[in-house]
Amino acid sequence: MRTSECDLVIVGVGGQGVILISDIIGRAAVLAGKSICGAETHGMAQRGGSVINHTRIGCSFSPLVALGSADLLVALEPGEALRFAQYLSPEGVALVNTRPVLPATVTAGLACYPPIPEILSALSKHCRRVVDMDATALASQAGTAQAMNVVMLGALSSLIPLSEDDLLSSLSQVVPARFLEANKRAFALGKAEVE
Amino acid sequence: MVREYLLGNAAIARGLMEAGVGLVAGYPGTPSSEIIETIVDLKGDSKLHVEWSVNEKVALEVAAGASWAGKRAAATMKHVGLNVAADPFMTLAYLGVGAGLVVISADDPYCHSSQNEQDSRRYAQFAGIACLDPKNPAEGKEMAAYAFELSEKFNIPVMLRPTTRVSHSRSDVEVGDIRPPARAGHFLKDPARRVALPVHARPLHKELLAKQKEIEAELEGAPWNRLVLRGRTGVIASGIAGLYAQEAIAELDEDLSLLCLGTYPLPGRMMRRMLEHVSRVMVIEELEPVVEEQVKMLARTVNPGLEILGKEDCIPRHGELDLLTVRNAIARMMNRPERLAAKGPDARILPPRPPSLCPGCSHRATYYAMKKAFGKNAIFPSDIGCYTMAVNMGTVDTCLCMGASITLASGISHSDERASICCSLGDSTFLHGGMTGLLNAAYNKARITVAILDNSTTAMTGHQPHPGTGLTATGEPTVQVSLEALAKALGAGLVETVDPYHLDETVKSFERARDYPGLSVIIARQPCVIKARKGGQRLRPLRVNEECKGCKICIDFGCPAIEFEGERARINSLCTGCGVCAAICPASAIEEVAP
Repeated sequence: MRTSECDLVIVGVGGQGVILISDIIGRAAVLAGKSICGAETHGMAQRGGSVINHTRIGCSFSPLVALGSADLLVALEPGEALRFAQYLSPEGVALVNTRPVLPATVTAGLACYPPIPEILSALSKHCRRVVDMDATALASQAGTAQAMNVVMLGALSSLIPLSEDDLLSSLSQVVPARFLEANKRAFALGKAEVE
Repeated sequence: MVREYLLGNAAIARGLMEAGVGLVAGYPGTPSSEIIETIVDLKGDSKLHVEWSVNEKVALEVAAGASWAGKRAAATMKHVGLNVAADPFMTLAYLGVGAGLVVISADDPYCHSSQNEQDSRRYAQFAGIACLDPKNPAEGKEMAAYAFELSEKFNIPVMLRPTTRVSHSRSDVEVGDIRPPARAGHFLKDPARRVALPVHARPLHKELLAKQKEIEAELEGAPWNRLVLRGRTGVIASGIAGLYAQEAIAELDEDLSLLCLGTYPLPGRMMRRMLEHVSRVMVIEELEPVVEEQVKMLARTVNPGLEILGKEDCIPRHGELDLLTVRNAIARMMNRPERLAAKGPDARILPPRPPSLCPGCSHRATYYAMKKAFGKNAIFPSDIGCYTMAVNMGTVDTCLCMGASITLASGISHSDERASICCSLGDSTFLHGGMTGLLNAAYNKARITVAILDNSTTAMTGHQPHPGTGLTATGEPTVQVSLEALAKALGAGLVETVDPYHLDETVKSFERARDYPGLSVIIARQPCVIKARKGGQRLRPLRVNEECKGCKICIDFGCPAIEFEGERARINSLCTGCGVCAAICPASAIEEVAP
């Protein structure tokens, strides 16, 4: 039996804004009167390391998504999509920003970064659907590269049991007013990538 | 009722404030730091006193003082901080409280951001005080408020023990009104309860022991202990493990009895009913077998034939639990198949991404200069902070606990070790636990160099202020303590301050310290690059020109802003303009980007 309505795993690199996506989803769930829980990475791992956020909509159990159970994997960085792919259910969907952030192990020449198509093809064998986009470019197009995470939020918006209205009102609660219009454009551009 | 999507630590902070807390003191430490940060955000112009104390012992004593003066008070810390505060913690249980006193010790199973995974429930048991173990943010909030009542009713400090998955989880939490703290406090003189002379301590110890049964009886009725009697096989789970167990039982659709626990001492009557009802029980808890030991003792009288499963064969005693681990443990007990985690795609093609020092972080420059002056064969004891991540640079040979760099270095120097010794610790760590070690090193003639990596903040835990910053927790200006004056007063012979972005001068300074025949202190001062950038600092970035010979010396420096592409180095968009790589480059091939 299912113990949550929708399980998301949002991954990326410390500083990319993973927590903001979950915060907006959480606030939207509260607006919709749904129970919600999530778990975040703070502290040491945030300094340039891999970060993972678990978000469970319509769930009143623990905040951790079990391996193999995520309905959605939202990756702000392509390598991190693959690193955390074991959380995806075979029926799940992966949304991937194709813009890599090279880890220090690569810039220092100690390791290689795999080609993006190789990452995407490995992912696609593992879940129902992979949607890839250059979310960083889309965010720049919307007016601010900082809004890359909001592009990804827009992309996932039609795949979760929450309304766009609730998501957008939550977005306006957390984004400074002067960046709101750019963020709304970023949201719309991300959403269009999935439709 | 209003609901908000709250971080566990924010929920705990709200719980304290809704209960009218009058003073909160703590030292930053993951996963506890956001409790005080939330209070700073919410306090407005309320009379509530909130502070970052210099360490956890200080924080707990400040909180105890407020409690004795009649204000509800709380001290916040991470689990290892409780080791620092253990001295007042143990004796406060004897002396008791004035107004309610809550000790929040946030545990970190799996060491997400810690040096060990000790279980604070053991400390509460050791001290003889009550411990509340929330399973989620909502319980964290309720328990934080209730802890004051319990503390006042039984005249003991009460521990609230969230874990990382409570402190750093979020959920929808009902929030109420924040209550202003009680009016002006007043310290009542009562030597028999405030002066821990042996003659006072002996009867107080007896009193503390006598209270235990009453505390247990009180907690029997707490809403966080829940018993559902069903089948003859049962599960007993504590804190967040209760949520994993509930979810696993729902998913497996098994008719199991379930006892979820959230308070210590454990509710004896409820435990007894459970043990009388079942013939087989699994105890599920993170880390230590605290509940399991009680179950085993109780079963000897209540149900000697009871089959008890737990840490020995089913549930790991290390790391954190999760749904799959708990589900599979219960499935095995019920002879059901385990659910294996689906094998993910092969991630071995991925490069590792360990946390690392930021681009432009001055610690990298300081360590580079230190190693250049001392040579790679010197011994480099280090400490707890962002700089511990420089372990790959070869300048972090030890990390034990807050401040131990200086004292370990002293011990090594007194052991006939011939190599030079240069230890390092951050500014906040020095003020927390390094000062006594420096004093001891001076007094006992340790011939070492101490580098204070002064980025003028407590960076790793989220940039909290400390006495060297001249600002309080609420951002008010205050005395700015001089590290130079402190180092001299504590007895260091040579004290020099350098800007690590000026690499040559920093190397020379370390060389003088190396050759100094006594205790030397180098203060390497450059604000944390994250904080400086947030404050608007923009230095001109650098670029690599045609002179690059591809020697990779800059690559070995390890800054994430420097990449190697084809035959040459390249500086990427992460560059903050610190300029240290330009000083390192032997071909003078790195220059500032023209304006």
